[in-house]
This record gives sequence, structure tokens and C-alpha cells, in this order.
Amino acid sequence: MSFDVRAVRSQFPILSEIIDGRPVHYLDNGASAQTPDAVLDAVRTYETTGRANVLRGVHRLAERATDAYENARTEVATFLGVAPMEIIFTGGCTAAINLVAYSYGSLLKPGDRILLSELEHHSNIVPWQMLRARAGIEIDMVPVTVDGRIDLEKLPELITPRTKLISLAHVSNVTGAMVDVGTVVAAAKTVGAKVMLDGAQKAPHGPIDLPALGVDFYAFAGHKAYGPNGIGVLWAKAELLEAMPPFMGGGSMIGRVTFAETTWAPPPRRFEAGTPPIGPAIGLGAACKWMRALDWTGAHAHEMMMVQHLMDGLQKIDGARIFGPAGLQNRYPVVSFMLDGVHPHDVAQTLDSFGVAVRAGHHCAQPLMDRFDLDGTTRVSMAPYNDRSDIDALLTGVRHAAKTLR
Amino acid sequence: MSDQLYQEQIVALAKARTGAGKLANPTKSARRDNPLCGDRVTIDVRLDGQGKIAEIAHQVRGCLLCQASASALSSIAIGRDAVGIAAARHEAERAVGREEGGAAGPFAAFAPVAAHKSRQECVLLPFEALKDALS
Repeated sequence: MSFDVRAVRSQFPILSEIIDGRPVHYLDNGASAQTPDAVLDAVRTYETTGRANVLRGVHRLAERATDAYENARTEVATFLGVAPMEIIFTGGCTAAINLVAYSYGSLLKPGDRILLSELEHHSNIVPWQMLRARAGIEIDMVPVTVDGRIDLEKLPELITPRTKLISLAHVSNVTGAMVDVGTVVAAAKTVGAKVMLDGAQKAPHGPIDLPALGVDFYAFAGHKAYGPNGIGVLWAKAELLEAMPPFMGGGSMIGRVTFAETTWAPPPRRFEAGTPPIGPAIGLGAACKWMRALDWTGAHAHEMMMVQHLMDGLQKIDGARIFGPAGLQNRYPVVSFMLDGVHPHDVAQTLDSFGVAVRAGHHCAQPLMDRFDLDGTTRVSMAPYNDRSDIDALLTGVRHAAKTLR
Repeated sequence: MSDQLYQEQIVALAKARTGAGKLANPTKSARRDNPLCGDRVTIDVRLDGQGKIAEIAHQVRGCLLCQASASALSSIAIGRDAVGIAAARHEAERAVGREEGGAAGPFAAFAPVAAHKSRQECVLLPFEALKDALS
């Protein structure tokens, strides 16, 4: 049976909105995805029937809140194929990477090396530069091929015995290319380095089998994965979390506090200081459960059909060029393009007048833009609820921009 | 909405590219980046003995609005000093709705930007670069 996109769309209230007389063609999912009823309902249930702080209260509302919060942790763990106690709720994907850079980073010695790639989001570059300034570590960078993939052929020459961590985007937020994780993990093992993946653009496309990937850290954002804002996830192997010191201090993350000395709670609480984002975590748990129930074989085929339709359409527009893989293999539905003679922001602004939402600019990947001397790109990022009418509306808008703005 | 934004006057200003390029021997130069969108403006000026602009040139790596603004700014800059450029900036600020009142001169073309708050910085970036060059 083919993928029923209408059934998926019907679960997202915003997709039936009419804004300024136009339907919503939402193709900015890479920045923030929309949210289904299942998530909205879960958050509303918490806020209206179980709102309280977690962990410390003995009253019934506190118990409901704690149960819902810990169930959310279990849902996220199931989504990633790991143990709940290895799941840390953070404020977002950026916060998760910063947690690793600060906490795992504090275990590194001057001269130790971190390996990143040229296509990383700033959130997987800047925390390491800050660590470099604090701790004297070194940063190496894997270059990118002309079709927007991390050039893994260069890995062996960049890995050294001092390489302690390789941290890469699982899927590029600019080109949609997926990294070959097996090759990265195998290379890391030759020197005993750990591997972290920034899963911000991968998690929204279905459950992930982390044990099969063989990585050590994984981070993703709730709001890009159909969940609420203000919530993200860090997963790390239990033995790594055990060895890592806290990132932030405060309530909930302690064993015992005296003015002389404080001991730490075990993970995951060690890394969840203060009142966590309870409602958002519950919403993200619901989003993971919603994603697990979706037919991802059908959804991925549907997404790739849209990518092909988009590429075919862009090819027919004079001066439109795709930046990223030309094929459908090992890629996800994030497609960047340039329109010669028209700045990406002007393309995006024109598309808005057609009811089409996309992102334009450097996509928080300025080193990648510099490498290819780009002012920016226009980025189309899709979700399973998008359909051909969204792509058709976009192509109409791009043709209009090409005709009127150059 | 955007069809109204990209009106003929704005597109014409951008296409005119008034002052586009570099000066061989600038008295001063300045570059400004907009970290949010990545737009970049570099402005060269040659000043006369009174601190007035005798020649101006700009390089814009940015959107049509930024290009149009740099073009408009170059068209009125000759003979002005920092105070005169500040006055022109008020025209631009009025045009995009950041200040009360209507705008005159080439900046009146930017009136449609008033409805697009996220794009107003695109219009003002060349002024920021020129302000730095004159400071």
C-alpha cells in the first residue's frame, strides 16, 4: 500500500491553515518541523492534568509529572534503541553538544585533537573552539567534496593517535548528505577515538538503531523532530556518562551537598540540573512514539519522490543549480540550490508570497559557504507531510523570481 | 506581499549598481557583515580636505535590498560628510518605518520594506559600513 500522505497531513493542524489567502507550503522543516495532534495532546494533558515539578514531590500531581517525564525518557530511548538511563534531556541539540564539549571535553589534555568536518553546523564547531580556548585541544577538519559530502577518503590522514573524538553531522543541514557512519566508526577505532553524531537533521526521519551504528554520543533537537521547542536529547554510552563530570550545577544533579563538599547524582540526573523542561520532554516523548508508528519505508520513498520532483523541476529553470548530492542515495530530503543572479534571500522572500516557507542564507554553516564561495543557498527541507503540491508551488515561485529579479 | 516588496523602483536601484566596485586609492574603507543573514558590504571612500565624500564605491555580497540601498546611498553621497550621511540615514529609516514621517529622494523607494521587519537591516547595512568608514 502506498504512503498515505493525506492521513499524515490530517494530524498536523497547522497544515490546514489558510494564511493571507494561501495554503501553507511548509518546506522549512530543517529549521523547525510542525507538530502533530499527538504531541499537542500529550503536552496539554500534562499541563491540565499533571502539571507539577518532577522527582521531589510526594503529592499525586508530582507523581503524575514524574511518571510522564520518565515515560518520555523511555520513549526517546526506544526511538534510539538504547537504555533510558543513557538519555539526557537538554535544552536543545546545541545544548547537548555543548554539554559534551564541556563535560567530556574537561577530560581531555592539551594537545588532544577533535576531528570535525567542513560542513558542520556552527553548533558543532563553536563549542569545540571554546574548548580549545579553555583546554588547549586542537581541532582538525575533514574537507567536503564538490557534491557536498564529507570526504571520508581524507579520514585516515587526519586521524592521529591524539584524536580523541570525531564529531560529525549525521545528515548535513545544507546538502542533505548522510555520512557513512560505519567508515567513521572503523577509522575512529584504529586510534580509540570516540564518535559523536549531530543527529538534528536525521532524527526527524525515523527511528535510529544507535547500537548498530556503533557511535558513542548522539544529539538531536525536539523541535526539528515534531516535538516542542526548548527540548533536546543527548545520548551517550553509560560508561562515558559515568566518567563525565557535570556540566551545570544545581538542584537534582547532586548526591549530597555540604559547604565542604558535594557529590554528584548518577547519570542521567547528574546532567539535568534544575527543573527540566518537563512539558517539552513529554511532548518529545510523544513525538518519538508518533514517529515509531509511522511507515518509514513508505515515508522515505515519498520524501525521495519529492526530492526527485524538486530536482527535475529546478533543472528546467535557467540558472538554478543544486548544491549537494545529485542522486538519491545516502541522502535525506534537504536540498539546497542557488539561482544565478538572484540572492537566496530574495528567492525565499518571493517564495513567501506564494505561501512557500523555506530557509535562505548560510544555514549556520559559514565555513562551508566560504569553501564554495557562496553568498548562501536557498534550502528546501521536507517532512513526510509534504506533498507534490508543496514542491509545485515552490517551483512556480522560483520561476517567478528568475523572471522578475534578474 | 513580496511582489509588493520587490517593486520596480527597488529592482531598478539594484540593477543600476551606482557606485559598485572599488576605489583605487580610498582614504578609508570599512566592511560590515550581518551575522544573521551573511550579507556583507564593503565601502571605500575618498574624502576631500573638508572631510566630505569626493568618491565612493561599494561591494555588496547580499540581497537585492542591500544592493539597492548601496546604490541609492552612493547616488547621494558625493559632497556629504558624516553629518550629511546621518541625515540620509534618517530618510532611509523613515522609508522603512523605523522613524515617523515620509521619506524623500531615492530612499522613498524602500517604503514597501516597512512591512517586512526582518529585511530592514538589509537596507541599513550599507549605512553602517559607510558610518564606520567615516568615523
